[in-house]
Amino acid sequence: MTAFSIFAAEGPTSLIQAGGWFLEKAWIIPALPAISFVLILFFGKRMKYKGAEFGIVSIAVAFIFAICCVGQWIGQVNNADNHSEHKQEQHHAINEETAKSDSSDIELASGKDLTVLVAAEEDKGHGSVGIKPVVERFTWWENGGRTFTVGIMVDGLAVMMLFVVTAISLLVHIYSTEYVAGDRRYTHYFAFLSLFSSSMLFFVISENILQTIVGWELVGVCSFALIGHWWEEKPNSDAALKAFLTNRVGDMGLLVGMIILFWSSGSWSIIDINNAAINHEIGHSTLLIASLCLTAAVMSKSGQFILHTWLPDAMAGPTPVSALIHAATMVVAGIYMVARLYGVFFEGYDIAGSSFNILALVGSVTLVGAGLLAFVQDDIKKVLAYSTVSQLGYMVMALGVGAWTAAVFHLFTHAFFKAGLFLGAGSVSHSVHSFDMKKSMGGMRKFMPTTYKTFVVCTIALMGLPPLAGFWSKDEILVGTGGWGLFGGTGGNGTYTFALVMGIIGAALTCAYMTRVIYLTFFGEFRGDTHGHGDPHESGKRITIPLIILAVMATGAGFLNLPVGFLSGSKAGWQERFGHYVEPVATYFPPIAHGTPSWSLAIFSTVVALIGVSAAAYYFFVKVNAQSPAATELTNGPTEKNKVAKAGHTLLKQKYYLDHLYTDIIANGTKGPVADAVYWTNQKGIDEAVNQVGKQTTRAATFVYETIDQNMVDGVVNLSGRASEGLGETTRTIIQRGKVHQYAAIMFAATTILAGLLIVFV
Amino acid sequence: MLLVQFLLLSSLLFCIGIYGVLARKNGVMVLMSIELILNAVNINLVAFGTMTSNIAGEVFALFVIAIAAAEVGVGLAIVLLIFRNKNSVDLSSIDSMKG
Repeated sequence: MTAFSIFAAEGPTSLIQAGGWFLEKAWIIPALPAISFVLILFFGKRMKYKGAEFGIVSIAVAFIFAICCVGQWIGQVNNADNHSEHKQEQHHAINEETAKSDSSDIELASGKDLTVLVAAEEDKGHGSVGIKPVVERFTWWENGGRTFTVGIMVDGLAVMMLFVVTAISLLVHIYSTEYVAGDRRYTHYFAFLSLFSSSMLFFVISENILQTIVGWELVGVCSFALIGHWWEEKPNSDAALKAFLTNRVGDMGLLVGMIILFWSSGSWSIIDINNAAINHEIGHSTLLIASLCLTAAVMSKSGQFILHTWLPDAMAGPTPVSALIHAATMVVAGIYMVARLYGVFFEGYDIAGSSFNILALVGSVTLVGAGLLAFVQDDIKKVLAYSTVSQLGYMVMALGVGAWTAAVFHLFTHAFFKAGLFLGAGSVSHSVHSFDMKKSMGGMRKFMPTTYKTFVVCTIALMGLPPLAGFWSKDEILVGTGGWGLFGGTGGNGTYTFALVMGIIGAALTCAYMTRVIYLTFFGEFRGDTHGHGDPHESGKRITIPLIILAVMATGAGFLNLPVGFLSGSKAGWQERFGHYVEPVATYFPPIAHGTPSWSLAIFSTVVALIGVSAAAYYFFVKVNAQSPAATELTNGPTEKNKVAKAGHTLLKQKYYLDHLYTDIIANGTKGPVADAVYWTNQKGIDEAVNQVGKQTTRAATFVYETIDQNMVDGVVNLSGRASEGLGETTRTIIQRGKVHQYAAIMFAATTILAGLLIVFV
Repeated sequence: MLLVQFLLLSSLLFCIGIYGVLARKNGVMVLMSIELILNAVNINLVAFGTMTSNIAGEVFALFVIAIAAAEVGVGLAIVLLIFRNKNSVDLSSIDSMKG
């Protein structure tokens, strides 16, 4: 019944009936944590582990399902590959065969309410065939001739996200059992953790943009609840409110953008909208406006400049929640939305063949701006928060320059090392009971060897030094900008030199501020005070094991997408595996170009990164350490000697004055000067007019009162009053005499008269 | 059909009732006259109901009888109280509600 035509524009060359139980039943994955949420709320407190067991079991099962989905998806892509090779050998024979399978397919599809098709399509320059996503949907309601459906859409991107979200969420759940043990709202915490994971998974597999909006908002609500988990302290509830309200700003963009897309394409379906955008069925300016609106949504949700201010404040929540928000659930929603509706953005911003667009600009500015901010933070979590903002800038920039696979791959690798870093920071703070690097940390490598090792591994991955995960994804983004003209690195969608430059600067900044974090936290002398509890000690197994797993992933994840041509002797099957399985090669995905990897660019960016590390290491490990092992910065450093440096430092300390802009100028502006101006206008302008109107009215009213009212109207009124008085007097004395018989006689007489009239006239 | 006779009977009863209400001075007699009027109506209802083979007429008559019983109960109570106060049930002497 809902057999739809993805390939309406370009007819498929062949269709293979496929599916797979786990892909068709992917809705189970978000359903499991949702059930667990309800169970924890109702039965959590009575359980042995206070509800944590529900959360962990449900997310673990969801994780197993996600792995099965990954396996089935890879199997299908391989299947399509074989088919494609086979097809190239025997082109003619296959054509007849596919004509048959085509028709049988349609029968099958119309026979049931779900369509699970895998389409092999002509290659689009990727060395693979197209895979049609698994789509299942049913009608939710119909109104005014429009059908609203609920369903799932599972393709490589969704499968990848299912894996990442469930994996990170599982580790965070396990970690939390120790980290928030004994918390006043332990059960509540796990309930919301479940709902948070469920919302994000729902968002990931949504089939239409309505579901996307619902998932998007659910994620926002859950983050509000979790950031404000310790709401008794005012800053925490303020941070939760700030996160929620800042997100509302962008959500308006989301709603407007989605509505524009719906009315211009006539469908809620993500696939239909992408098709309409790519086939130019929607006007270019409409697409541009929709893209701009959606970009506002991305700016708030994914913490892009200038709406990123909520993200560092969101550190008020428990650390595992921060890890979840930054790695898998909340902030990547914006990236995912762009990746999902990439047809709209690709066409709306004319990404191919241009050298500038808003998405790339926002991403580039964010990645450098947030990187600078990370230098002046003393709170370890805030450094990591700005680092997340900066890395999200990379992803947005990559999407802006058309490096779709690179952006998604960076999302994938970033999830692991950033979760590792946050959980590592949480492990340190768990032992010193503070997040302040300068006051409470230092020399932690002696006390917490496991945390130290995993943190360093994740840091190197974040810095983008080879061969850890961050290097491969960052390098791919830089290649994707297409701005590297030296030594034959070419082939992006356009020439985004600005993005390339900002990307390389950002890499150096990342290296430098992470070196600072490593030094302040793990080197030097312990500056904290344990209040007589002895030295800080390593966290328990439930904290360290997730850290080790994440460090391993941060090491290995990058090898999933080795660039083409890397180690030319190796099998082709080892290169670009991630892109091969994740990037859709179908008509709902725009025809993006892939940059050719360049050795010179990789070496150059690595050298720049190493310079960043060396500069920061020289400053901290040599100069600051020489001063005193307990020092945290040079006593007579450049910020005190140099006016320009000091001004810059203050600017960064004040976070570019953006919070001042929002609270003092925008919020208080409406309350203060603007309100005064409005008051003045009110008093002098409007009130004067009102007063004049009042005075004139009074004069007119006096005239009316004295002449018309008193003499004419009152005369009439008095006259009628007297007339009725006289009439009443007459009737009282004549008729109303208290005689029952008289009343009865009048009644009967009247009845007789009325009856007579009835007979005569009716 | 004897409908005309029934209607004549009922209008006769009605007129007697009217006469009683208007002419009698005794409160009890007035109440009895009102009963006559009501029963005149009842005869009409039953007669028309039978003519049209519609049970509704009889049902209405039953309702009227029930309500008449209640009404006469209230009326007699009032007359009784008037008698206690004035030692008379002469309606012409009761005019304390005059305007």
